[in-house]
Amino acid sequence: MKNILEDLNKAFENKVRLGIMSALMVNDALNFNSLKELLGVTDGNLASHIKALDKQQYLSIKKEFLNNKPHTQYSVTQAGRDAFTKHIKAIEQLLKN
Amino acid sequence: MNLKVLFMEKQKYLDDLQDIKTIMDRSSRFISLSGMSGVIAGISALVGAYLAYSTVYSGQDYLNYRHANLSFYNLTILFSIAVGVLITSIVGGIYFTHQKSKKTNQNIWNSQSKRLIINLLIPLATGGIVCLILIGKGLIGIIAPFTLIFYGLGLINASKYTLSEIRSLGMMQILLGIVGCQFIGYGLILWALGFGVLHIVYGIVMYKKYEA
Repeated sequence: MKNILEDLNKAFENKVRLGIMSALMVNDALNFNSLKELLGVTDGNLASHIKALDKQQYLSIKKEFLNNKPHTQYSVTQAGRDAFTKHIKAIEQLLKN
Repeated sequence: MNLKVLFMEKQKYLDDLQDIKTIMDRSSRFISLSGMSGVIAGISALVGAYLAYSTVYSGQDYLNYRHANLSFYNLTILFSIAVGVLITSIVGGIYFTHQKSKKTNQNIWNSQSKRLIINLLIPLATGGIVCLILIGKGLIGIIAPFTLIFYGLGLINASKYTLSEIRSLGMMQILLGIVGCQFIGYGLILWALGFGVLHIVYGIVMYKKYEA
């Protein structure tokens, strides 16, 4: 039981962060607006959660310019993928007990 | 940990798992595809098959061996029927999918629907070109089963990006197409079964499952 609780990742306790990770796990990359539309959150809210995940180095952020407009693509890093998988396995273990 | 707290914790994580699943589906699959689109496509295919049948077998005794009349004139009519069926299916499909997308809150033209269409179109366009070449070489009998096979391959390819039932629909179209290649004379009937009856059946099942 103690080990399982250790495997649960604090970074994914928040619904928005959980949502960002879930979406990026099944997509190669998503831009800011797709994520916003998908999760139904405000710009500021999404930006702050992206920042938090980026700080953990779970996200890779690619900025490019399309027709002179900034176009940012987000994808999940290998570290993020591992952490998220571990988190889900921990939830499954917890629910089994 | 006391029992009530443990129970609430579990409930929270169950909700989390549910959220994860919903978001994964919503972000990778186009879930607004309406079952009614299938029904409309099926009905227009049946009407089209009936019109095609009366065109190529017109004026012939039902009891004798029938010869499909594939004059240039008739081929032009068949081609017009095919285009008519295609347009009705696409317009009907877009209309009902648009209606459903209001309920699912998913934009009808988004990265998921684009991915769905591109993956459907790769085998479908390949089949279309192959069929045009075959028509040019006079191999008319093989066209109906080939459209079933390529359409089935397209559905299977696209099924990763939309409702999962599309995969088995694709398998069945391919099966009908293979049978049609062996029994060329039944091509049109099998075509009506695949594009008509199967679409209607799947459409109704999916409508009941996701929309009713």
